Amino acid sequence: MIEIKNISKSFGEQRVLNDVSAVFGSGQTNLVIGISGSGKTVLMKIMTGLITPDKGNVFFNGRDFYALSRNEQKDLRREIGMLFQGGALFDSMTVEENVMLPLNMFSNATKKEKMDRVNFCLERVNLNGANKKYPGEISGGMKKRVGIARAIVLNPKYLFCDEPNSGLDPRTSIVIDKLIIEITKEFNMTTIINTHDMNSVMEIGEKIIFLYKGVKDWEGSRTQILDAEDVNLNSFIFASDFLRDARDALKEKMAREKLG
Amino acid sequence: MKIEFKLFSHLGKFLIMLGRMFSRPARWEMYLRELFRQMTDIGVGSAFIVFLVSVFIGAVTAVQTAYQLYGTPFVPSSYIGLIVRNTIIFELAPTFTALILAGKVGSNLASELGSMRVTEQIDALEIMGVNTESFLIATRIIAALITIPLLVAIAAYSGIMGGYIATSMSSYYSPEDYIRGIRMLFDPFDVQLMFIKSFTFAFIVSSISCYMGYYVKGGSVEIGKASTQAVVYSCIFVLLADYVIAALLL
Repeated sequence: MIEIKNISKSFGEQRVLNDVSAVFGSGQTNLVIGISGSGKTVLMKIMTGLITPDKGNVFFNGRDFYALSRNEQKDLRREIGMLFQGGALFDSMTVEENVMLPLNMFSNATKKEKMDRVNFCLERVNLNGANKKYPGEISGGMKKRVGIARAIVLNPKYLFCDEPNSGLDPRTSIVIDKLIIEITKEFNMTTIINTHDMNSVMEIGEKIIFLYKGVKDWEGSRTQILDAEDVNLNSFIFASDFLRDARDALKEKMAREKLG
Repeated sequence: MKIEFKLFSHLGKFLIMLGRMFSRPARWEMYLRELFRQMTDIGVGSAFIVFLVSVFIGAVTAVQTAYQLYGTPFVPSSYIGLIVRNTIIFELAPTFTALILAGKVGSNLASELGSMRVTEQIDALEIMGVNTESFLIATRIIAALITIPLLVAIAAYSGIMGGYIATSMSSYYSPEDYIRGIRMLFDPFDVQLMFIKSFTFAFIVSSISCYMGYYVKGGSVEIGKASTQAVVYSCIFVLLADYVIAALLL
């Protein structure tokens, strides 16, 4: 479980986050949504320790990240996996070397054990056979999957995904979403996903936090979002006539199912 | 006031970066692998250009010295070798090599680290729990401290050889005089000074370039700017250090 308490952050005069608090449960996919510039990425970077907040705390199963020493923070980070928006793969390394890097850095396993683990992770993201390819030789969707394999190779307790669907076609987006939710359940991880992909919101949003101008504006689940009365949220989620019609149709369908 | 603040801010960040390099590596094997990779890039990758430039510099120095001394009855022709040797060991080998490497290695280090920053590869390492200052910067600085003095030694040797080739092709002075000259009045401290300079320059070029690349913010334009600044600042500080060392030690 990850808990954030009263997180605030400003860059110069600009306040990016203002007193944001939330609890993200384990074994579920937690989504942070909001328009571009709402503070999602900054919040994720604060949670992972890449940016220090002006105020507030981040607790990983009760451990206050910012109260820990630098070395303790590094130890805690080994329990974190992160999927970056662009994959953040090392261009000079093959797919296999990329996934093996955390193992080479921190694991005392034998070479064979490491190789087995890498193959397991690549298989888990349906990338068997791509071991010797370089990041420049694979597609955007494959890069994301390599990123996921690298993120889970050390069996993390916490998984952070920054816009996992950005730049992907809808079909590949669904594959990535499914993969993330499957892995979250399988390894009982606390998964936090930054997204503004509406399909992801409705497919995997077990818990959703909506940020608006740096403030937590709404919190709920994907079913609750259909009935939410928050104006900012509705104008963000159901921005087009098509999406509004889809929401109404879905609500109608759910009501019919409830009745009979 | 604003410029002073910026200067101190950069100095503080630079010192913090250097301070953070000194932490126990998570796994020595990975650090050594990275160190050898950098040594290959910096050392082997630059050896040919350093050799080539040094041969020509030695040759030009010999020709120009010969031209200055031509017709002078009181200066023996063997002094060409002496002057070429001292000029190369004292100044040209360390300083020229450092300036060449500021352009070649410095811009490469800054743009490589800058690209890693912009594409979040450094963040990815941080999140894995890797000390990036130690893994990325310390390995590069140590690689430079090992290889650049060796390159300077190559530069000194090839520069003196260049002078020999030039005198061999000249009809005015004999190579024997040149050889006699380079053996004349030799003081081992000259070579020590050359290595003191080369270690200092290696540190300046590598640390400034790493600093510029490591703290890049933005995109490809900023990487380009950082790369240029790395070269410019490295050159300025190399020349400044050159003067300070000369003033203090000679």
